[in-house]
Formats: sequence, C-alpha cells, structure tokens
Amino acid sequence: MKIVPEITRKSITNLINQQERVDGRAMDEFREISLESGIISKAEGSARVKIGNTQIIVGAKPQLGEPFPDTPNLGVLITNSELLPMASPTFEPGPPDERSVELSRVVDRCIRESQMVDLEELCIIPGKKVWMIFLDLHILDYDGNLMDAAALATVAALKNTQIPNTQVEDNEVIMDQEEMKPLPLKEEALMCTFAKIGDELVLDPSLDEEKILSARLSIGITSSGKICAMQKGGDHPLTKEEILKAVKIAEVKTQDLMKHLE
Amino acid sequence: MIFVNDKDLVVPGEILAEDDFHPGRGTFKEENKICSSVVGLIALRNKKISVIPLQSKYIPKRGDVVIGEITDIRFSMWGLDINSPYSGLLPASEVFGKEKRELDKVFKIGDVLFLRVVDVDEVRKVKLGLKGRGLGKFKGGILIYITPTKVPRLIGKKGSMINMIKDKTNCEIVVGQNGVVWVNGDIEMERVAEKVIKMIQKQAHTSGLTDRVREMLAQLTGEELEVSKDTEAVEGEENDNDNASSEDEKDVKQENDTNSSEKDNKNIPREIFESKLNLNHKR
Repeated sequence: MKIVPEITRKSITNLINQQERVDGRAMDEFREISLESGIISKAEGSARVKIGNTQIIVGAKPQLGEPFPDTPNLGVLITNSELLPMASPTFEPGPPDERSVELSRVVDRCIRESQMVDLEELCIIPGKKVWMIFLDLHILDYDGNLMDAAALATVAALKNTQIPNTQVEDNEVIMDQEEMKPLPLKEEALMCTFAKIGDELVLDPSLDEEKILSARLSIGITSSGKICAMQKGGDHPLTKEEILKAVKIAEVKTQDLMKHLE
Repeated sequence: MIFVNDKDLVVPGEILAEDDFHPGRGTFKEENKICSSVVGLIALRNKKISVIPLQSKYIPKRGDVVIGEITDIRFSMWGLDINSPYSGLLPASEVFGKEKRELDKVFKIGDVLFLRVVDVDEVRKVKLGLKGRGLGKFKGGILIYITPTKVPRLIGKKGSMINMIKDKTNCEIVVGQNGVVWVNGDIEMERVAEKVIKMIQKQAHTSGLTDRVREMLAQLTGEELEVSKDTEAVEGEENDNDNASSEDEKDVKQENDTNSSEKDNKNIPREIFESKLNLNHKR
C-alpha cells in the first residue's frame, strides 16, 4: 500500500468535513457510470462497467456439473475475481490476495442472498446434473470502489446470460445449443459503498478517498428494497446512526443504479 | 536535410534529419541520420533537434529541486518517494550535521519535504539534501502531480505562467522538477489552482496557452468573487483594489511565517526557472 502524504490526508478530510469533495461531487453522488452488456461474443453472458476510471469486465460461463451433496436440487454459483496487475501498481500477479477474495465473496453474497438467480430452476437431474454458473470478474482499472462496479457488472452479465435448453432422456442430458434461453432470474440486487472520512460518510469513494478512509460499509439492496448483503471494512467502528443513515441513502441510490441495467 | 517541423508529433524510430543537425534530448544518431527515441513533439533550436516526450517519469539529476514524501525511516537516513522509478535517500547528517538525534522526532512517515538532489551515482542511488534556502517540510496545502516534462511549461518564460496563477489565486505555489506541485492558500483557490495546472498539463503543447490560462483564471476566480459578493456586499470594494489588498496580505503572511513563505514565494522557483530555461520550448 502506498503511503499517503499527511498533507493530502488532511486536505481531503478538511474538504469532506465541509461537505465538499476533491472532485467536486456531492457527498452522495456517484461518478459517471457506463455499462455495456454482451461485449464478449464467446461468453454466454458478459458486461463491462466503468465508474469513473474504475473498469471491470465480468463474464458468465454456464457448465453442466454435479451439485453439492448438501443441496442436491440446487444449481451452483461460483464467483471468482482477478485483480489484474495492469489495473494498479499495488496488484501483483499470483494467487488471489485478501482484496480479491473479499471482492468475490461480497459480490457472491449479494447475488446469492438476494436469491436473484433461481437456483432450483438450474437443476436438471436432482443430485446428478445441474447448471453451474461461473462468474469471472476481471478488474481492468482500479480507481476506487470496486464493489459497486463489480456488483453492477455481475448483475448486468447475468441478465445477459443465455443457457442452452436441455432435455432428459434415459437419465442422459441432451443439450440443444441452437435453442438458448435466458438465465432464470427473480430479482436484481446492487451495492452501494460508503467511506467514513473525518466525521462524514461519502458514497462511491475514489482511490484517494479509499486510501484514507477510517471505515467502509457496502450495502446490497434488492429491487424490492430488501437488504441482502453488507460488508464492513476499514479499521475504525461505525455508529448505529451512521449505518442507518447509510442504509437510507443506499435505498434511494440503488434504485437509481437499477436504471443503468435497463 | 530536415524532414520535420517544429512541434511535429513523432514516434520512436522516425527519421528527423540528416547531416548538418545536432541530436538533442530524446533523439539518437545512427550513421548520419537523427532519429527520435520517444513519442513526443519536436523542439528545433538553431541546428539542434530534440524531442520533448508527451509523458515521462522523473529521472533524478544533480542540482534539481524536488518534492518528496517520506516513506521509510532507517537507522541513519530517511527513504523518500520522489515520484520517480528511483527512490531518494536523505541521510541524517544532511539534517543535523554531526549531532545525533532520533530521526522519527524530526520527520515522520507521510511528511512532505522540499529537497535538493545532492548526488546521483552510477546505480541511480539518489542522495538528497536540505541545505539551501527555502528547503524543508511543508505544512498544509495540497499536492498536484503532473508529468515532469510539462514542468517548464507550467513555470513559463521567467516564471510568467506560475506567477500569474500565484497572483490570481493568492496561493503559495512550489513546483518540483519531479512534477510534484505544492499549492497552499484558501481552500477554494487551491482547487482553482489545481484545475488550472491540470489544464496546462493537458494543453502544454498548444500555442496561445497563456491567454487561455488567463481566461480560465478570470472565469474561475470571477465566479468565486461573485459568490462571496452575495454573502457580503462590502467585499465588493475589495475587487477594485485587488492588487493593493493582495499585496498587503502577502506582507502579513511573510511576517507571520517568515521561514516558510519566504522560500516559496520567490527564491526557489527562480532557481528552477534558471536551471530549466533552456528547456523551455516556447520561444
């Protein structure tokens, strides 16, 4: 981690305590967001999201496989993330580090706990054959707030995913590659990340803000307004009031984010 | 025989001239041809051809003044990030002479200093020093990072550009040769200065930049003055005798804090201009 000069830390904090931000945004304002779906023709589902200079590509790959023994009639959802070394000087090649593991787990939790993907529908022969959906998150450029960008890109990729029709004959699965159907989705869920700097909470922290935050809170909310996931980071605590305030802002902002998915 | 014009964009390997020309920075000579070694703009001066790279990293050079951040404290030296592929070293002897004191009581990790490059050896070990007027630790202000090749443009001819920004925003500004700029003043004015400096970086290669900077400054500071007019009607008078009042303020500042403001206002930047005047590619 790069050391942040003391005077930079002070100037950002002072500005935020006066309800202002370095890039001129409001405290609860996202940077510019752009979303493109289906950008990888070889993948069954894909999307690219940019939030400011943060850039993420997500690909979804369905594959037939065996279900986990404890959930014989549910499909399988596996999320993986790659922090590519070109995205930031602090990302190194090799096995996934803490940040990569956290990112994929938080995105996975948001998708899974919102029950967005109808996993029962993905079961073909209970206990034997189910659809396994592999989600691969590739971080191309890191400029803060990976979680919101990753959640948005993942949901967009899932919405874009097509799986082949299947039939069962004599316990054998026959795939019909010609006839594809969209993935069975029930809900949508997106995340909003807040950073506590000074005494204030700011939405969508940029890289500079992320480096000096004292606490971080990511909140996943579904399209029907339920809270489905939360992740706290940073080494300082948050008060109850701060969390309630963050949830309130997140409820509104998630609905705004949903518009990008249409 | 020359194949390019002044301020043309060239790519590495492009043949710039043959025979009676001299290769400058950013070029190399092969047989009798002068070729570019970087992506950049041609700077023609008499018979000397150089290429000024569009983007660069700072390569330390003896005598440069730079702004560095302390990242490491060792037994008898500080380690500094000088916005370069090579990190800088500040030996304790440069700071206390022969006296022995604890290093972390003087400068801590995260402090920002204004230093001089004392020596660069064969393996690019960069020795820094604090001896000289105005060198030392910064208090307050913000840091702005630009590409080091744009530093001469930001300073302008004999400091014209940087002095214009200083006057209009009433900020103290210090430019390091390594592309780190320190700005200290009113919070809003710091933001104005940042915007202007970023704009200069983006448009450094275009002509008529000084006028555009003046326009932008007038627009940005003008807006701010109007805002303050709304809140305090009396303030309006100050606009008319802007010059007088700003100079007064400067004087007060210097009295308050002789050590820090004296250095920043004049002495050091002039040294930078002088050492870099020949690099200035605007005629």
